Amino acid sequence: MTIRTRILIIVALVALSVFYLVPRQITIRERDPVTGVMTDRTERKVPLKLGLDLQGGMHLALELDQSKQVSADPKRDLDLALTVLRKRIDEFGVTEPLIQKVGDSRIVVELAGITEPARAKGIVQRSAFLEFRITDETKALDKAIPAMDRTLRSMGVRGPDTAQAKPSAVEQLLGGDTAKKAATDSVKKTAADTGKKAAAAKTKGRPDSAAKQDTTPARDTTPIIGGVLNGLIQPSGGAPGEYAVPETAFPRVDSLINLPQVARQLPRGVALRWASQPTSVGVESVRFLYALDDRPIITGSSLEDAAAQIDPLTNGPVVTFTLDRAGGRRFGEETGKHVGDYMAIVLDGRVQGRPPVIQSRIGRNGQITLTGRGLQEAQDLALTLKAGALPIPLKIVEERQVGASLGSDSIHDGIVAGLVGTGLVILIMIGYYRLSGVLAVIALAVYLLFTLGGLSIVEATLTLPGLAGIVLSIGLTVDNNVLIFERMREELIHGKTVRLAMDEGFRHAMNAIVDSNVCMVLTALFLFQFGTGPVKGFAITLIMGIVASMITSIFVTRTLFLIWLARRPAMTTLSI
Amino acid sequence: MTRLFANANYDFIGVRRYAYGVTAAILLPGLLFLMLMGLNYSIEFTGGTLVQIRSQKTVDVAQLRSGLDQQGIHGAEIQGFGAPNEYVIRARVAKPGTDANDTQATAAAVSHALDTVLGQGTYSVLRTEAVGPKVGGELRQKAFLAIFLSFFAVLAYLAYRFEWRFGLAAVIATAHDILATIAFIGVMRLEVSLTIVAAVLSMVGYSLNDTIIIFDRVREDLKKYKKDPFERVLNRAINETLPRSVLTHGTTLATLIALAVFGGEVIRPFALVMFFGVFTGTFSSIYIASPVLMAIEQRWPGALARGHMGTTPTPPPPSPAGRKPQPVGR
Repeated sequence: MTIRTRILIIVALVALSVFYLVPRQITIRERDPVTGVMTDRTERKVPLKLGLDLQGGMHLALELDQSKQVSADPKRDLDLALTVLRKRIDEFGVTEPLIQKVGDSRIVVELAGITEPARAKGIVQRSAFLEFRITDETKALDKAIPAMDRTLRSMGVRGPDTAQAKPSAVEQLLGGDTAKKAATDSVKKTAADTGKKAAAAKTKGRPDSAAKQDTTPARDTTPIIGGVLNGLIQPSGGAPGEYAVPETAFPRVDSLINLPQVARQLPRGVALRWASQPTSVGVESVRFLYALDDRPIITGSSLEDAAAQIDPLTNGPVVTFTLDRAGGRRFGEETGKHVGDYMAIVLDGRVQGRPPVIQSRIGRNGQITLTGRGLQEAQDLALTLKAGALPIPLKIVEERQVGASLGSDSIHDGIVAGLVGTGLVILIMIGYYRLSGVLAVIALAVYLLFTLGGLSIVEATLTLPGLAGIVLSIGLTVDNNVLIFERMREELIHGKTVRLAMDEGFRHAMNAIVDSNVCMVLTALFLFQFGTGPVKGFAITLIMGIVASMITSIFVTRTLFLIWLARRPAMTTLSI
Repeated sequence: MTRLFANANYDFIGVRRYAYGVTAAILLPGLLFLMLMGLNYSIEFTGGTLVQIRSQKTVDVAQLRSGLDQQGIHGAEIQGFGAPNEYVIRARVAKPGTDANDTQATAAAVSHALDTVLGQGTYSVLRTEAVGPKVGGELRQKAFLAIFLSFFAVLAYLAYRFEWRFGLAAVIATAHDILATIAFIGVMRLEVSLTIVAAVLSMVGYSLNDTIIIFDRVREDLKKYKKDPFERVLNRAINETLPRSVLTHGTTLATLIALAVFGGEVIRPFALVMFFGVFTGTFSSIYIASPVLMAIEQRWPGALARGHMGTTPTPPPPSPAGRKPQPVGR
């Protein structure tokens, strides 16, 4: 190979690296998440994509959360969830998000440069399962509470003694007469109920339990009034099936009514759902509990479109939605049947706002009022509704989040360390090898260019460990040159001419260079295979660095020597 | 021409027994310490929550700890991290009563404790890591598998390029390096994170690099000096490659020092482990890999080594500069 060909090849490689390292303008066509208008946006394409640890961002690993709902076909559900997440994040408007399935049971989401991590998490995690249900009008819960209390009592759960001594604040505030009447009604009814049931138990046999049932009311004259739930759950006096629970008692009541033995006391066809938020009634904060028809009249799967708006009347945010044709027809029929009833809007198992009364048959369009919340939340809800519901809720099993400021600090530190390290290496090389050292330093510069260019070509992501890998490789890569130079020195000492020493030096160093570099690449490949995120970045920079270092030491340094010798053919001593 | 260790003629192999003593003196207490104290695994491997914050005012660590206790997060580690007002909080246990693999409850409890103790808005969260124990366990498994498998890949490659004797000796030396490095990590109480695993694997690569360069010279010299005893061939190879070793270790250490001093808090442990790795790698190439190779060749001599296995006591090798140039080439 002539020197000219060698120079041409090097120039071509350098040009290629430089081309890939120069920021370019590219046009991205993108849909505005709010207005839905397609816009062209010109973006500066930075050559090396920065990892989440350098530019800030969020990494989430998600799995199906089967604690409340067991998936019949986890594989299918995960694929479905993946599609839904793609749509949602697309609408959310993150540049270059990464959403992929890892293994059989996990989805990894990486959102770079995100500034509101909590909001993004909400969008990813929200099931967005929307249903419309008619509130229960049969007073099923009122009837079931005594039985529930009795079950709880037999399980050893007792209400506080003061529960009845002080008339419930809820009752006072909400109730007026209706509530009180309802409460006493229920007491009367349940008292009768207890008697009946106790008698039934007695006649049915099972002497043990019968005896217990019998003795309990005897010891406590007002067993029902002292009941845990009876003291805490009061009809609100609003829509039928709406009950009020003091906000402070909400977690306790929630855990009690979800006990399987207690939940069994509720008649079939009725389901209990909490309100999404506490409501303040006077000075008291209460949480509404709803008894609803078990069967939703329609679910979010019939949704065609959703958008967030500000309701001109209340000035509060609303989400308007449009149902598809079939859904609209069914919704119309059902609401037509239930005129005068109350309809609860249930999102992810929580009732949104207080159920409105159905004035007349409703068609394809409707709206969800979000009381006391911001427009942004309404937008997020519209977005998730439109993208569809997750088949099974997702739980976050891994989360990494790096603030942008920490990322830029890391870059700064990495660059300083790189500059200092390079400076030291240059000093050592030139100090020890003189002019040949200068050639090695030129080769080092070419090496850096090749490595960065190569990383840019394979679209690798630069991470913090990757940055450390580049700095480290500056120290490592001169090893190849050191091997060659030392070998040349030996040959010179053995009395060879400059030209011969150079050829022999390169030839003999070759074996050691190839073997040691291949071993390095092998370990780096395993690191790449098994590592995650940042460590993968380290492995890829290491591999790219080794390849670039071999090219530069074997080819570029040699060419530099050849040029040097060609310019000084009469040289008898080499500055090495 | 400045030459370091030119014409070096140290009897490396002759003093190998002392070197074994040094190895034992470092490894045994190190491994004992490791057995007693165990390794300090990071959140990534154990599962848990890590929050790095920058506070506007100084944080009362005891107060913050009691705030976390109130949230049901006991035994959290709170440490200063780099800058004076930056702290890292590590909670390895999940909030009681929650699914440990669902990381959100614990993360929320930590941020709630921060809000109540420090006050909302007086601090900023720089970094959050929350890993479920399941994910952590998988990661730990993967890391060990990576180290283990890379071992065999290297053995296979060396067996192909040299012969199995060289490969085995190199891998035994590497095993020594990994043990020594893990002991170092344990004694220094460094947190075993993925970055540290990366450092250990890079160290393995570096140490192999060093061993291979000596072995390459051994292979060449075995052909060149057909009459020399094996021990002398080894010594000569090590001495001949000494200037290269010194130079390369010098430049590598220079970049590692730069990383340790300027590279920031996350990279410092990586640099420290690699720094140690450079020394143990150099040591093992000379004092583990080479003597082990000799022992293997004595036991099962290979084609190349045959004829070098004389039992005559070895005179010190002649200095490389003093000898006549030999014909080279294969």
